[in-house]
Amino acid sequence: MSTALHAEWTKLRTVASPWWLLLAMIAATVALSAGGSSVVSCEPAGCDVTKYGLIGVKLGQALVAVLAVLVISSEYSSGMIRTSLTAVPRRATVFAAKAVTLTGVVAVAGTIAVLGSLLAGRLILPRQAYGHPSASLLRATASSVLYLILIALLSLGVAVVVREAATSIGMILGLLYLPPILTQAIGNPRWQELVQQVAPTSGGLGVTAGWASAAVVSGVLLLRARDV
Amino acid sequence: MTRGGFLQVLHSEWTKFRTVRGWLLGMAAAALMMVLVALLAGISSDQRGAPAVPTGPGGEPVTDSFYFVHRPLTGDGSIVVSVADLDSSVPEGLGELRPRVVPWAKAGLIIKESTREGSPYAAIMVTGSHGVRMQDGYFNDRPSPVLAAAVRWLRLERSGDAVTGYASADGKDWTTVGTVQVELGPTAQGGLFVASPQVVEGMGTMASVSTATFGDLHLQGGWTGGNWAGDQVGGESPSFAGYPRPAAGSFSRSSDGFTVTGAGDIAPAVRYSLPTAGTLGNILTGTFAGLIAVVVVAALSITTEYRKKLIHATLAASPRRGRVLLAKAIVLGSVTFVAGLAGAVVAIPVGERLARSNGVYLFPVTSSTELRVALGTAALLASAALMALAVGTIFRTSAGAVTVVIAAIVLPYLLVANPFMPAGAANLLTRVTPAAAFAVQQTLVQYPQVESPYTPYNDYYPLAPWAGLAVLAGYAVASLAIAAVVLRRRDA
Repeated sequence: MSTALHAEWTKLRTVASPWWLLLAMIAATVALSAGGSSVVSCEPAGCDVTKYGLIGVKLGQALVAVLAVLVISSEYSSGMIRTSLTAVPRRATVFAAKAVTLTGVVAVAGTIAVLGSLLAGRLILPRQAYGHPSASLLRATASSVLYLILIALLSLGVAVVVREAATSIGMILGLLYLPPILTQAIGNPRWQELVQQVAPTSGGLGVTAGWASAAVVSGVLLLRARDV
Repeated sequence: MTRGGFLQVLHSEWTKFRTVRGWLLGMAAAALMMVLVALLAGISSDQRGAPAVPTGPGGEPVTDSFYFVHRPLTGDGSIVVSVADLDSSVPEGLGELRPRVVPWAKAGLIIKESTREGSPYAAIMVTGSHGVRMQDGYFNDRPSPVLAAAVRWLRLERSGDAVTGYASADGKDWTTVGTVQVELGPTAQGGLFVASPQVVEGMGTMASVSTATFGDLHLQGGWTGGNWAGDQVGGESPSFAGYPRPAAGSFSRSSDGFTVTGAGDIAPAVRYSLPTAGTLGNILTGTFAGLIAVVVVAALSITTEYRKKLIHATLAASPRRGRVLLAKAIVLGSVTFVAGLAGAVVAIPVGERLARSNGVYLFPVTSSTELRVALGTAALLASAALMALAVGTIFRTSAGAVTVVIAAIVLPYLLVANPFMPAGAANLLTRVTPAAAFAVQQTLVQYPQVESPYTPYNDYYPLAPWAGLAVLAGYAVASLAIAAVVLRRRDA
């Protein structure tokens, strides 16, 4: 496993595009969060710092998804996947190594992006907005980073199942962005609630984790069962 | 290269597109998703048994809810009154009211065919902060040339179906505000009214209530029926926000007039006064799902050439690279337009029929508006596809291209489609970002005489329909131009 991990880390480390994507993710998250903090009006019930100060995660998640998809689909499009699976014939191990590497970089970049967003919000929003300090902010930071990791794993799983970058990313972006739009078209409040509860973006971390594990499990099973 | 040469390039691009099954399926899926979401929107709505939406003489939805102190008027007649005060309040906390200026609070004289909601009328009134107005037919509004004074006198005269409104500062010198034709029937209802519409507060609206003191009441002509009756017109209407507690509609007699308390409005219905109604834009929500499919196919149509190294053969066969890109754009744009149009043309009637059969009221649209929305939606999808083609040419990899285009179009919309988004920021986003194109699906109209949050979240866009589409088309053309330059300068 450690060899596979080392191989995956080398693959990720030595290509320029993942770093650009991570940098873009951090920049986009912080920029949109700062924009969100600057337009939100803080009355009458006070500002929801964790909601608007972290609105950039809505954009950052798309770039995390691209990174996760490219980790897999670039191997399929270049044929590298054959080399990878020949070198490490235990396919679940290859997947696990990719997942761990990805989790690591997304955790680090996600933490920087989230902390940067909160710092930007702190500079922009009035001081009283941060009434309850450390505890709730810590929770917001941790859950946002965890959310980004889960989105990365979800995307990794989908990319293994689909094997083609554009279609994978289309499906993932649909999953991330369509539910809140579709709920507007649904007239029945109960159906609306249902969609919100099962959507990976609005159902809570447990639901997101459910989607991610479903994608990861189907990815691993298909990777083992299928010819490359 | 000759013109025939370009046709050949076009033909080869068409052949490439047509023979990839996945791409055709993607385009079909885009159209299908538009229809499926319209089905979902139609099936999921259920408002059977809801009170009917009042409609005006032209069939448009209106608000016709106000407190009416009336008597029958047979034949011709006139009524004169002075309005001493018009005070409005809005709720504060539970069961408390606080005074507030309600700009379109209305108190004055009205002659109306009957107390039925939506019946024809003509009225002259003082307003909270828009001076003296004469209004009729729910949509017509004209200001008085007389400036508002401390005591304002109003006069309304009926002669057949012609109603003339007058205003005066002192009750002696009268100025004609206007004469309008109204179908009133032989016996109309005439008298005093007070209306008090919802006011914009923060990012939403709140109900208001107003009380007016009328004096110097004087009648002339065919007023019959003896006693004055006080009624809330349109009290159960879906376009009536109700009274803020603990207020209620009422009237009480004074020596030479009345004190009347009322709420509601006599005006065109807007999104906020008719929140249960649907729009064509709601039915076409599936455009977003279709958009994703179209963008994926569009990006693939160029990035696959790079991945399969087919681009070398393509550019060797026709070395004028700009033409290759143009041919691709024409093929992709046309196919997407056709798929989008097919999706919209099926989705609109299906969604409309299902929604109506479930009792949902849809804001009415003319068939030319419906055509504009269908063509505009198809053009929106085609523009998005061209943008994806261009970005795909620049990036040469599909994942990045798909993400950039979808994020550029859908993310601003998502930010705007948030009730807590301030109107200024929402309007800016729907002017300058590619999401401006969704203006082409808007069917609602803003009325200066109705105060309401006219934000993109409520389907009111700052740009006109085609202007909004032009913003996205501009992005598409600009990125195609960059793509053409990049394609020419770079090794394939």
